[in-house]
Amino acid sequence: MAVQKMTSAQVARKVIENQPLFILDVRNRDDFEDWKIEGHRFEYLNVPYFELLDGVEKILPKLPSDQDILVVCAKEGSSVMVAEMLSDAGYDVYYLEGGMKAWSSYLEPIKIGDLTNGGELYQFVRLGKGCLSYMVISDGEAAIIDAVRFKDVFINFAKEKNVEITHVFDTHLHADHISGGRHIAKETGAKYYLPPKDADEVVYEYNPLEDGLTVKVGNSKIEVGALYSPGHTIGSTSFIVDNKYLLTGDILFIDSIGRPDLAGRAEDWVGDLRETLYRRYRELAEDLIVLPAHFMIIDELNEDGTVAKRLGNLFAENHGLNIESEEEFRKTVTENLPPQPNAYQEIRQVNMGKLTPDEEEQMEMEIGPNRCAVR
Amino acid sequence: MEVNQVLDAKGLSCPLPIVRAKKAMDTLATGQVLEVHVTDKGALSDFPAWAKSSGHEILDQSIEADVIKFIIKKG
Repeated sequence: MAVQKMTSAQVARKVIENQPLFILDVRNRDDFEDWKIEGHRFEYLNVPYFELLDGVEKILPKLPSDQDILVVCAKEGSSVMVAEMLSDAGYDVYYLEGGMKAWSSYLEPIKIGDLTNGGELYQFVRLGKGCLSYMVISDGEAAIIDAVRFKDVFINFAKEKNVEITHVFDTHLHADHISGGRHIAKETGAKYYLPPKDADEVVYEYNPLEDGLTVKVGNSKIEVGALYSPGHTIGSTSFIVDNKYLLTGDILFIDSIGRPDLAGRAEDWVGDLRETLYRRYRELAEDLIVLPAHFMIIDELNEDGTVAKRLGNLFAENHGLNIESEEEFRKTVTENLPPQPNAYQEIRQVNMGKLTPDEEEQMEMEIGPNRCAVR
Repeated sequence: MEVNQVLDAKGLSCPLPIVRAKKAMDTLATGQVLEVHVTDKGALSDFPAWAKSSGHEILDQSIEADVIKFIIKKG
């Protein structure tokens, strides 16, 4: 029987369209437990490839006959080997092209909505890592917020849309993924912005992203306004786009809130986080649509694959916005936190410009889920 | 410690280092020792997990100039 490859783009469609898929993950058990391809209707079997070297007979009874089988490993090699063994045993199977490495890198651009005077807002969903980036397009120009490191995806998307990238922002100094922001700015001539309070140690030039900064994209009336909202980091800044969307960075997510500890300052920053979530955001219009920089679990995706929800609904439903006691809030965000993201200290150094790892090293640093939240 | 066989798996990528190591191991007797040299970083987690699941014992593990060296006793 045949072995076929499946691309990350095809897997992404299955996630977003809630299609079924049987994933035979042949990585180590620890790696699988830590991080896998998530889908609402996906089923899983994890058997490391090195336990199948003598044959696949023992797992055949566990494989379905009525749905697609996708063999997954870290970089593709082992999944091809196992897929060929299954093919010899009479099964039609797929392997994941490029493995989890490719899955971690894949971005799916999805339109969030139209803006005033024909503008558009796009969310770039990095399904494998839970990162969300944004592009505001209006009248031949584009602004990008929280770009991940695959700069060509954004540059090519702007070319397709026939727009010029003029402004690139990072809401904060990221600790879970490597930013593509300043590299996109360098290549396109756009202005790059970073909050100065997060930039004490950065070794490159940037424009200060400060409270009240307003940038117009294109000639139309679309405004991208900055709102200082510290707590995840001391510089964390939100954006209000077109008076309709609230880009929260890593401060507020759909089903969780930001964690204050990734720069080693949880106790110092917990008060800022409280102030932002319980006072600053409370003053905003409840009809704003919240667009975070991450999602943690697949349940946070809407039916069209976007990650977005009305602020008023989050005030009602998000546990992190409903902790009355300040003391309990402090405990929630400083004690019993989930493990920190893989290589987060090195990633911060890369985003400061102090480390310049090659492509392979960047990939290794970013392996695993993002873990920027407290639930 | 006596090493009974040395396997050079440098430059090979997953799954080949473990495929070759298993073949080499199959030619050894219980208690004999295999030394493997590998450059694929995935080996750092895969070799210990493979050894554990097949009953072998990793006696020593070291890294020198990007070459990972495992000393493995057949179980």
